Amino acid sequence: MFSGGLRAAVWKAAAVVGYAVQYGCIAHCTLEYAADFIVCSGPSMEPTIHTQDVLITEKFSVMMKTVNVGDVVIARSPTNPNIFICKRVAGLEGDKVCLNPGSFIKKYRWVPRGHVWLVGDNMGNSSDSRVYGPVPYALLRSKVVFKVWPPGDSGSLRGPPQEMLQVLRTMKDTGR
Amino acid sequence: MQAARRYFKSFASGFVVAVPVTVTFLDYVGYVARVEGASMQPFLNPEDRSFNDVVLLNRWSVRNFKVNRGDVVSLASPRDPEQRIIKRVIGLEGDTVKTRTYKNRYVRVPSGHCWVEGDNFGHSLDSNFFGPVSVGLVHARASHILWPPQRWQRIEPSLPTDRGPLDQETIDHLEEQGAVTIPKT
Repeated sequence: MFSGGLRAAVWKAAAVVGYAVQYGCIAHCTLEYAADFIVCSGPSMEPTIHTQDVLITEKFSVMMKTVNVGDVVIARSPTNPNIFICKRVAGLEGDKVCLNPGSFIKKYRWVPRGHVWLVGDNMGNSSDSRVYGPVPYALLRSKVVFKVWPPGDSGSLRGPPQEMLQVLRTMKDTGR
Repeated sequence: MQAARRYFKSFASGFVVAVPVTVTFLDYVGYVARVEGASMQPFLNPEDRSFNDVVLLNRWSVRNFKVNRGDVVSLASPRDPEQRIIKRVIGLEGDTVKTRTYKNRYVRVPSGHCWVEGDNFGHSLDSNFFGPVSVGLVHARASHILWPPQRWQRIEPSLPTDRGPLDQETIDHLEEQGAVTIPKT
C-alpha cells in the first residue's frame, strides 16, 4: 500500500519535471529563434526609446540577413559580451558612413565586410560605432518591431531623428 | 484509418517535444562538428587525408564568455557571419601580444576582445588578418577530439611555444618606445 503510494508520487514528480523541461525547452526555442522581450536602459536611444521601455524584438530579420539601414537592433556589445546594446543600423557592409555628422569637416569611412555600423538616436550621448568602430554582424541578436510599454507611447517605433537622417542620407548620396 | 490518425497524432506530439528539447540541448550543452581546413595543423587535421577530425564543441563552458589563453574555440568569423572558424586563443583583453603579420607589430587587446590564431601560421585567416575579435563571437570551446579514435583526447589549453602575451618587463620597455597600439576593432 505504502510502496504503491510512493511509486505513484515518484511517477507524478517525474511527470512534473518532464513537463517543466519540455516547456522550458519550448520557451528557450521561442525566445532564441522567434521573438523576445527586452527591457531597455540608458539614454542612447532617446527620444525613440527611453529607459524602462519594453520592446518586442524578432529574430528572423537577423537570421535571414534582411536587416536594413534605419532598423533598430539589439546586439551584444563588442566591448562586453555579457551586455546588450540597442542601436539603429546606420550602415551595412560596403556602405560609406559619416564619423562626425555634426561637424563642419566631415570624415567618412567604409563599413568592412561582415560588419554593420550602429549609432544611437541620441547622437550626443551614445557610445556606439563612432567609439568602438564597426560591429560584426554575428553580434546582432534581433530587430526591434514593437514597443509595448509604456502604454501611451506603444506601437511601432518612430523613425530616425533629424540629425540621424542626415547620417543616413549622406550615405545614400555617396552611393553603395 | 483511425489507427493511422492515432499514429500521426502521436508522431506529431513526439515531434513537438523532441525538436525543442534537442535544439535546447545543442544550444546549451554542446554538439559535434567536423573540422575543415588546414588552419589548426598540426593539432587538428594533422595530415592531408580524405576525412577530417571530428571535435566536440562544448557550449556550456563558454556560456558566460569566459575563455582562457590556449583554449581552442569555435567562433563566428568577423568577416562573414555565416562562417564558423576554429582558432586558438592567444591573448585576452588587456594582454599585449606580438603579432605576426598584422599592421601593428605590438597590440594591446581591447576590452571584450581576444587575440585568436590558427596553429598553422601562414595558412590561417586569424587575428593577424582581421585584428582582435570580440569575445561575443565565441560560440563554443572545442573540448575533445572524438575522431579518429586513435587520436581521441581531451583538449587541454596550451599555447604554442613562442606565442602568448608578453611579460610586463617587455611591455614596459615597448611602451617607453611607444610601440604598443590599441586597435579600434
